[in-house]
Amino acid sequence: MQASSAAMDGAEAAAAGKGTRRLRMAPKLAYRNLFHDRISLFVTLIGIVFSVVLLSFQSGIYLGIERTIAAVIDQTKGELWVLPIGTKSVDDPSLLPGREKYSVLSVPGVKNVETLAMGFSRWRKQHGGATTVLVVGSDWNSGGLKPWNVIEGSVDELAAPKAVAVDKTYFKDLDVEGLGAPAEVNGMTVTVGAVTNKIRSFTTMPYVFTTLQRAQIMLGANKEQGSYNLVTVEDGADVDKVQEDIQARLPDAEVLKRDTFRSRSINYWLFHTAAGSGLIAGTALAIIVGIVIVAQTLYASTKDHLNEFATLRALGASAGYIIQVILLQALFSAIVGYGLGMALTLAIFKAAENTTLNVVMTPGLAGVLFLLTIAMCMLAAISAIFKVIRIDPAGVFSR
Amino acid sequence: MSQSKGAKSSAEPLLVAKNIIKVFGTGAGEVQVLKGVDLDLKPGELTLLMGPSGSGKTTLLSILGCILRETSGTLEVAGYKTSGMSAEAMANLRRHHVGFVFQSYNLFPTLTAVENVMLALDVRGRMPADAPLKATKALESVGLSHRINTYPSKLSGGEKQRVAIARALAGSPSVMLADEPTAALDSENGQAVMQLMSDVSKDNSRAVLAVTHDHRILKYADRIIRIEDGVISTDERPKAAQERAAKAAKLAETAAE
Repeated sequence: MQASSAAMDGAEAAAAGKGTRRLRMAPKLAYRNLFHDRISLFVTLIGIVFSVVLLSFQSGIYLGIERTIAAVIDQTKGELWVLPIGTKSVDDPSLLPGREKYSVLSVPGVKNVETLAMGFSRWRKQHGGATTVLVVGSDWNSGGLKPWNVIEGSVDELAAPKAVAVDKTYFKDLDVEGLGAPAEVNGMTVTVGAVTNKIRSFTTMPYVFTTLQRAQIMLGANKEQGSYNLVTVEDGADVDKVQEDIQARLPDAEVLKRDTFRSRSINYWLFHTAAGSGLIAGTALAIIVGIVIVAQTLYASTKDHLNEFATLRALGASAGYIIQVILLQALFSAIVGYGLGMALTLAIFKAAENTTLNVVMTPGLAGVLFLLTIAMCMLAAISAIFKVIRIDPAGVFSR
Repeated sequence: MSQSKGAKSSAEPLLVAKNIIKVFGTGAGEVQVLKGVDLDLKPGELTLLMGPSGSGKTTLLSILGCILRETSGTLEVAGYKTSGMSAEAMANLRRHHVGFVFQSYNLFPTLTAVENVMLALDVRGRMPADAPLKATKALESVGLSHRINTYPSKLSGGEKQRVAIARALAGSPSVMLADEPTAALDSENGQAVMQLMSDVSKDNSRAVLAVTHDHRILKYADRIIRIEDGVISTDERPKAAQERAAKAAKLAETAAE
């Protein structure tokens, strides 16, 4: 036997196996099978990347919408909101009858009440034409809603006569170039006194922030009227009890906890309008497309390696071992596809940063999408697994 | 897995098949491929199984290798009776007691020679820490120590078959079954592979059976079984093998004295 002439001592032999020691062969076989056929891998990755980008977009838009809808609520401090009965969403406001503020202030446990006036009005552009805007007025000096993300001018400048704050994202829609730009709201001359950034509106109607008094004039409300009353409860007071007591005193209004009103606002837009169903359909489509493409390529890859799997079976590999190889192939595809898809997604999101499209990616969402991609690829492996576990190992003798 | 006997002595057969019948299809399409085959394989012997196409050689090999179930009859491999075994138990028996060598090598093209051998060790369950060493030793034993990190596509036919033999040997099987191991090889490589298989069979803990059409390799056989139309027609020991056996017995006798 040639063995004697080709002796290799233990050290050499160990060196030959260096790098493979302790590493199971199933991951190596899965990895090599996957990367051996570059064209199949490319098609698989295209499918996964497409799904990841589409899923990221749908969920990023969802998160963005959620934040956009709830932005005004999230910036306020009070625990309770008093609103007109039947209000569906924060940006679908109407006016309260008036004088609610004083009734609320007389309820034990109430620390502070601020009136927030919100409503649609007409913005007449400086060079002609008009557009609808959502006017938001509050006395922020006493704890009301204060415009946030101010990048030019300052909130204090809004105290100046006729001053309003608008968002940079909507400059084109409002026909303004920056601070000092003139316009007319519901017949009242205004100038831009502050500029905010990325305060987008879900209704696509730009927010115009101003003082409570000015907003009341723009909206045709009297001095006691507002759209909402924001109630701050005293430390240690029972919020539920205070809510109950306020509700008892205001039968013509609705009293909600801040989170409840937030959920109602989001649910209205997402689940009672076409916007939500479109998002859900898009997400489902992304998952289906991903599963189908990955399933097809994994199945094709499995068929290409059928003889090898039959050989493995003949060598005594358990069904579990072979399934492990296929699942590992799916896992590797998922990891690479997710990495590429997420990189592309982040690049697109970065490009969309200064547009009216609010897409959001958070570490939590990225984690959920990663798990979803893995689950999608594992699900896609089922057809390949069914093919493999039906292999007749006796077939290896006739090939 | 039920073992009918304990540790076996070297003289006892490692594989015993009794009255093996195999029927494919049902009704009018029923074909009886094996019609009552009795066979045993003893350690230290290279047995060649020959016969015309369609005689049932491959079917018998598949049954003996525990990858196809007999319709009736009994099979015992390394003391384990296969009747009533589940598919997974059969797979377990294969990975611990049966080694295969295939006509077209069936190596994994994406793995190197040593990785192909390690894979056979890996499927046995938890891969031992010394698997690379074992795999290297197995390749060494077939004269391929210089090709351990070579992919199958860079190996000659003879080298591929030697890797396949190393893979079969790595698990130290009781029974090694080969399906036309020289069919895809030229004469020189065919002779080398058969010499190797003959050497492998001389290990008294192992029996080797090779299905073949190749008459050039008959000289390596200790025993030649011919199968025709699903039954064993002849089972003989060639003169050369008999002479070798007698010589070995005489040497053993002399040594004993």
